[in-house]
Amino acid sequence: MAQDVWTRVPVREQDAKVRATNFEEVCLGYNEQEAIAEAERCLNCPNPQCVKGCPVSINIPKFIQELKEGDVEKAYQTISESSALPAVCGRVCPQESQCEGKCVRGVKGDAVSIGKLERFVADTARERGIKPQGAKEKKGKKVAVIGSGPAGLTCAGDLARMGYDVTIFEALHEAGGVLVYGIPEFRLPKEAVVKKEIENVESLGVKIEKDVVIGKSVTIDSLMKDEGFEAVFVGSGAGLPRFMNIPGEQALGVFSANEFLTRSNLMKAFSEDSTTPIMRPKKCVVVGGGNVAMDAARTALRLGAEVHIVYRRGEEELPARREEVEHAKQEGIIFDLLCNPVEILENEDGWVKGCKCIRMELGEPDESGRRSPVEVAGSEFEIECDAVIMSLGTSPNPLISSTTEGLEVNRRKCIVADEENGKTSKDGVFAGGDAVTGAATVILAMGAGKAAAKGIDEYLSK
Amino acid sequence: MFKVLEANELATNIHQLIVEAPRVAGTCLPGQFLIVRAEEDGERIPLTICDYDREKGTVELVVQALGAESRKICRKKAGDCLADVVGPLGNASDLCSESIEDLKKKKIVFIAGGVGTAPVYPQAKWLKEQGVECDVIIGAKNKDLVILEERFKSVCNLYVTTDDGSYGREGMVTKCLQDLYDEGKRYDHCVAIGPMIMMKFVCKLTKELGIPTIVSMNTIMVDGTGMCGACRLTVGGQVKFACVDGPEFDGHEVDFDQAMKRMRLYQTEEGRLALKEQEGDTHHGGCGHCN
Repeated sequence: MAQDVWTRVPVREQDAKVRATNFEEVCLGYNEQEAIAEAERCLNCPNPQCVKGCPVSINIPKFIQELKEGDVEKAYQTISESSALPAVCGRVCPQESQCEGKCVRGVKGDAVSIGKLERFVADTARERGIKPQGAKEKKGKKVAVIGSGPAGLTCAGDLARMGYDVTIFEALHEAGGVLVYGIPEFRLPKEAVVKKEIENVESLGVKIEKDVVIGKSVTIDSLMKDEGFEAVFVGSGAGLPRFMNIPGEQALGVFSANEFLTRSNLMKAFSEDSTTPIMRPKKCVVVGGGNVAMDAARTALRLGAEVHIVYRRGEEELPARREEVEHAKQEGIIFDLLCNPVEILENEDGWVKGCKCIRMELGEPDESGRRSPVEVAGSEFEIECDAVIMSLGTSPNPLISSTTEGLEVNRRKCIVADEENGKTSKDGVFAGGDAVTGAATVILAMGAGKAAAKGIDEYLSK
Repeated sequence: MFKVLEANELATNIHQLIVEAPRVAGTCLPGQFLIVRAEEDGERIPLTICDYDREKGTVELVVQALGAESRKICRKKAGDCLADVVGPLGNASDLCSESIEDLKKKKIVFIAGGVGTAPVYPQAKWLKEQGVECDVIIGAKNKDLVILEERFKSVCNLYVTTDDGSYGREGMVTKCLQDLYDEGKRYDHCVAIGPMIMMKFVCKLTKELGIPTIVSMNTIMVDGTGMCGACRLTVGGQVKFACVDGPEFDGHEVDFDQAMKRMRLYQTEEGRLALKEQEGDTHHGGCGHCN
């Protein structure tokens, strides 16, 4: 059957009813035939807009042409020149507002499914054992990367390809940052995808030292003074959870999304075999409307709960990706919009028994253009539940900034760094990703890691 | 992987491990703790540091076999490895940042209960190294559960008390402190480390006696670096994370009832029964399940 050029080749997904009960990946991806059919839709624009929409500037038309010709290896190497984590990005990037948002095809019909094609290329390369190409010459200079999340892995991968001797320091027992503790298995498989992608970064010569908490186990100053690192990239993320400071927040059954997701994803508590416990709620309220809220909600659902998302603004304002909201709805997550918790109610044993909320309405737009929610007086109501997951955003952990002399931070405790090259106020120290911007997206962190790698190379080449 | 160089059973179910962990040994200070996993598929659990040797790059852990993970850790023999030893975490004891002159003027008492005896040792030892004297009260259920006695004797004035009077003085640590007070001992500073219920009652007493008291909060933890808030507690009306804001806090400001309640989070009726069966009479508290 000939494909209508205006419509994208649909991607196969697990049935919503089935997937709501398991942790298997929701989106099954393209097969070769589907991928090539979708690649055919690319117009190979001479002045490609899609590349401008990609924070790490992947040569998109080039890899799609190579794919069209059936040369997956070439397509993979083209992507690898710009991205260390294509199997991850193809899955979790908000393409609709990046590469695909700029695609010319999208003006009249569906944009080319660039993300799904990138994913196909990366997955196929992995199945065929194709590795990214490493550095031809060594520079003999040591660079330390703090944090093995998307920013750190990208920065490390780029530096290794330039010939630097790179060591990543990771506080947890597993590398990957939010890719391993935050994003659930059903969106991003850990063993099959994340682990393999990190092994590819290691295959470039990057060393990863786990269980090292910078600021505690060793300081940045000591890495530079005593261990011979000539430059440092800080990609430590924004992992400090916020709570609402409402009554009842210490009740048993109130969790930060970070805790709930870390237990499930990093510690595998979703599996019955895990030694790490997790609460399996019957009825759960998730507070917040971002991607993390969707992940927490869909995780709780898979653990057997009826899940309500409580968000203070309306559907239009949900900060989560459209696709995630749709997936959540299909799976049966209930959205209680325009309401906000004011108190968590506990039973006599200290366990959560409900969440008292108040209705909200949207007021006038503020300076940022967002309409701020205002409480409707006297509209309180209760949602009966046995768990509440707070997903209100996170801020950078002050551990590194408070233990590194001369590293400037702003009032939100974010490290101040130059957007162009990642330079901080401290000589030889660069930073990027959520540690600089506060919680944002995987691909923006990768873009910052890339910019900093360039900045570090310039600094060390002087 | 972190190599176990030495493993000994100090008392029933209480094991001592000397582990190669050069980064931890290089920077740790009294008051800090570790997150440990025995095996690759294990749970992350917080453990205290009992001693360290910067030259040799080793740390000493004292672990009570209570849950699945601590049991696995206690089964380790010399030559085995622990999958993960992360740290040092948390803040060093406030004592470490005080001037030595000020410390020398203070009468300091440490109160240690059960396996909480282990983290008191590096503090007393550190003070001894600075030429500061201190008193230490160790409380144990019975004679067989008194640990580290000889090592304490070399760094402080030691008082041992057992619940059943089978060794040393008789009664709980609070009785011992009251008795010392009645015997004319006066203290300017108290540090209490042990089961939450013990710390709660020590604080109640020291408040009456007017002794500023620091406690080390052994809450549930996951990452131990401030990213999840599992360890949150209320101190002076403010929410704090024990792993990054503590573990030491002003004991007179801690909401112990809430903290003890939160320890019950993953305790199921079944778990409690299993524990009772496994532990029998030897169970001495400090596990967070028996409050």
